[in-house]
Amino acid sequence: MPKNKSLSSVFMNGIITENPTLRLVLGTCPTIASTTSAVNAVGMGAAATFVLVGSNVVISLLRNIIPDKVRIPAFIAVICTFVTIVQMLMQAFFDELYQSLGVFIPLIVVNCIILARAEAFASKNGVLASAVDGIGMGCGFTLAITVIAIIREIIGNGTVFGINIFGAGYEPMLLMILAPGGFLVFGGVLAISNLITERVKAKKKDEKGVIHA
Amino acid sequence: MNEIGKILLFMVSCVLTNNYIFSRFLGCCPFLGVSNKVETAAGMGIAVTFVMAIASLFTKLLYDLVLVPLQLEYLNTISFIIVIASLVQLVEMFIKKTSPSLYRALGIYLPLITTNCAVLGVTILNINSGYNLFYSILNGTFGALGFLLAIVLMAGVRERLETSKVPQCLKGFSGSLIIAGLMAVAFMGFSGLGN
Repeated sequence: MPKNKSLSSVFMNGIITENPTLRLVLGTCPTIASTTSAVNAVGMGAAATFVLVGSNVVISLLRNIIPDKVRIPAFIAVICTFVTIVQMLMQAFFDELYQSLGVFIPLIVVNCIILARAEAFASKNGVLASAVDGIGMGCGFTLAITVIAIIREIIGNGTVFGINIFGAGYEPMLLMILAPGGFLVFGGVLAISNLITERVKAKKKDEKGVIHA
Repeated sequence: MNEIGKILLFMVSCVLTNNYIFSRFLGCCPFLGVSNKVETAAGMGIAVTFVMAIASLFTKLLYDLVLVPLQLEYLNTISFIIVIASLVQLVEMFIKKTSPSLYRALGIYLPLITTNCAVLGVTILNINSGYNLFYSILNGTFGALGFLLAIVLMAGVRERLETSKVPQCLKGFSGSLIIAGLMAVAFMGFSGLGN
């Protein structure tokens, strides 16, 4: 079955159909924690994407060697290795970003998105497809959290990627940068995405109805 | 007296001010996923408390006695997750053997705890904040009690919502997140307490 799926559909699957943040609602902790500013969100997304692609490729290569019974610990060991690599690279080259994301970099290990893709996709598919799936899922995650972060940053700080857009007269609504804002904006964005999906579904149903009539 | 006061303040701040869910965003997945009913939420919370207290003890000992002397500090993430996964397994077997009734109540939640980021988070935070062994265990236990408080409160709200009219797009996760946001605003009222 995976054979007749084209690589582009695998890629788009991660961004739209099964967007990890907005459709599957996985990895909520990093979504809320790293969206205080757009820069943080992009950094978090890039780190998670790197781990996702790396672990997907390695797990796909090892999928016939890992015994079924110990597959979860084996997956976690692979994911952990990549997380440690990312942690060291970020500490060396992007120390500021590393400091602001703090404990959430090592916590990529328990990000459900990565384990879910290892279990649901990489352990059943070839290397190339798994790599593309990793990139697609990673991009979907990055896009979703960047959107949330931009909303929070605009309302809470009056800036986008650190560039002031409202001028000095704007009184920032600090609540949006603080903890409650993360939950509220994520909830709002999720509700809008649900609404759009409902509309699209209803439209498709209507079209089908017309054809049948 | 002064020391006791400090410890008490630390406990209060772990439960209320630095609540793992509302101010540190750790453990949001089980918080949103297992908060449909008060009963299951309480079961999950108690299981997490159990594992988090023991995990704080063991990871701190492992870090101080093995990783630091061998200069392998960079392996902390991978070794901690292995400790947590095996602890969860051990706790599961232990409870199954000693108290079948408790096992029936907690059994299904135990495997889920391995991927609860609050557990790994608390062990890493213990190391990063430089707590000693006693404070690490306190942080683990009372942090988890804060998690228990939050998840039970959330389940209470969601049970009430079940019978009320909610727009379709706000059903499920999106509505829960907005409730969590409002609860986080309430918890912000505690800030300044205990610090």
